[in-house]
Amino acid sequence: MRRTRPEMVHRVAIALLWSVGGLTLALLALIVAIIMVKGLPMVTPHFLLASPERMGREGGIFPTIVGTVLLTVVALALATPLGVGTAIYLTEYTRAGRLSTVIRFGVDCLAGVPSIIFGLFGFVFFVIALKMGWSVLSGGLTLAVMVLPTIMRTAEEAMLAVPASYREVSYGAGATTWQTATRVVLPVALPGIVTGVVLAIGRCVGETAAVIFTAGTALRLPISLLQPVRTMAVHFYIIAREGLSMPHAYGTAAVLIIVILAVNLVANAVMMRFRARVT
Amino acid sequence: MKSREKWIERALLLAALSSVTMLALIAVFVFVEGTPIMVREGIGHFILGRRWAPTKEAYGILPMIVGSIWVTIGALVIAGPFGLACAVFLVEVAPRRVADIVRPAIQLLAGIPSVVYGFVGIIVLVPLVRERLGGPGLSILSAAVILGIMVLPTVISISQDALEAVPRSYREGALALGCTQWQAISRVVVPAARSGIGTAIVLGMGRAIGETMAVIMVVGNAVKMPGSLLDPARTLTSNIALEMAYAAGEHREALFATGVVLFIFTMALNTLAVLQSKRRTRD
Repeated sequence: MRRTRPEMVHRVAIALLWSVGGLTLALLALIVAIIMVKGLPMVTPHFLLASPERMGREGGIFPTIVGTVLLTVVALALATPLGVGTAIYLTEYTRAGRLSTVIRFGVDCLAGVPSIIFGLFGFVFFVIALKMGWSVLSGGLTLAVMVLPTIMRTAEEAMLAVPASYREVSYGAGATTWQTATRVVLPVALPGIVTGVVLAIGRCVGETAAVIFTAGTALRLPISLLQPVRTMAVHFYIIAREGLSMPHAYGTAAVLIIVILAVNLVANAVMMRFRARVT
Repeated sequence: MKSREKWIERALLLAALSSVTMLALIAVFVFVEGTPIMVREGIGHFILGRRWAPTKEAYGILPMIVGSIWVTIGALVIAGPFGLACAVFLVEVAPRRVADIVRPAIQLLAGIPSVVYGFVGIIVLVPLVRERLGGPGLSILSAAVILGIMVLPTVISISQDALEAVPRSYREGALALGCTQWQAISRVVVPAARSGIGTAIVLGMGRAIGETMAVIMVVGNAVKMPGSLLDPARTLTSNIALEMAYAAGEHREALFATGVVLFIFTMALNTLAVLQSKRRTRD
């Protein structure tokens, strides 16, 4: 049987689309493999729990793990209530209107601000104007501003996905807006909100440009929130760029990738539960 | 009870305004630090000046603007068609089980820290470009390829939303008229989703022009007008990040002024994207 020309074109095009899909997977596998093959053997308990020596050429990365955790905690402690609060306001208190348009536009723009601009802002605002210096607090607050749109958008999406009938029942029973929001909508939307928070953790852990000028690069363990720290990502950047130690660079990158993998797995698992719940 | 509800609503409004407030604060602080030197040097001089030598008080950022534009266009030339193809694959072609594997993989690509991309660029791409194509390897081309991969998730996920929003009846109509599936995709579905795809490209551009750490590691950072894709260049973002650590006085102001230019670029792209998606919802 002779095939027509459009049919041939169709076959070639579909084959190409399949190869694009395959190539995307291969790309991810390649990047992860490049880091893991050389990095994973470096990741030992000693590497995770020892302090760096000779600027990171030897020893481990313990203080940078502490720095990363502290910064992330500060960032989320602020960004989660603000982001979820915004989402509650936009979905439960006001649906459409000029104010919500302005707020959404603000969130969209904030999401598009480059991380280096957050770094510049954090430096003049938190470090200098508010006199916090290079510190856990300055870095954490800068990150909070940066991840606010991520948390707010996922929370809003999750809350919008809660069926209207839930709210109607709650209002019908005489509940106030706040009671409906916190006792009916939030519990159902919680997994969706958690997904946003988990993704924000990933962004905090991987961020460099916004952190390096606000939290500093000190390798000592901090004893207060007003002391400078170095995060894993910043540490990795410094040892990779200055060529201090390739094995240590690979090892730190491997830890970063493992954290991101874990974060994504958790986010996906939680999201799956959420989908099962609302549909 | 009533007054408590009122207070809660006010508190929530305050939270809701935090994003707008922060955006305004960012704009104000960066502009206040950056604009005085632009005015002193002359905005034209600053933007169109070709010489950047902070020790000799020469502040011209044209090479960085050109570098940023080259790198961004390069990234989009790669991520645009590839990202669109991948989105079409996921929405139109891939069986559900395959899509369920590819989607999280793309999400993971979006999660990999930019420093890690830069590192992979240094150890794999830069030597490859140097040996195969010549030049120092640290180049616009290397940066464009790395950035192309980095903005891929943005382009894919937004194009995907746009394709999914095309009504089923469009596809069914095309197939019923005797189109092959590819004809339905290329002549009906993709054109119907074009404004959403446009938004995807614009947001991808915004991400590419604002990316910093990965670019610093592979672009070479030389302050001169790039002559070819294999030349090293410096972008607006890398200019700030490289010199911020030791800059003081006028030099630091000039870096904030670089930030002002970058901020205006990204806000323009964002506004464009928002306007475009507005048009889409009106259609």
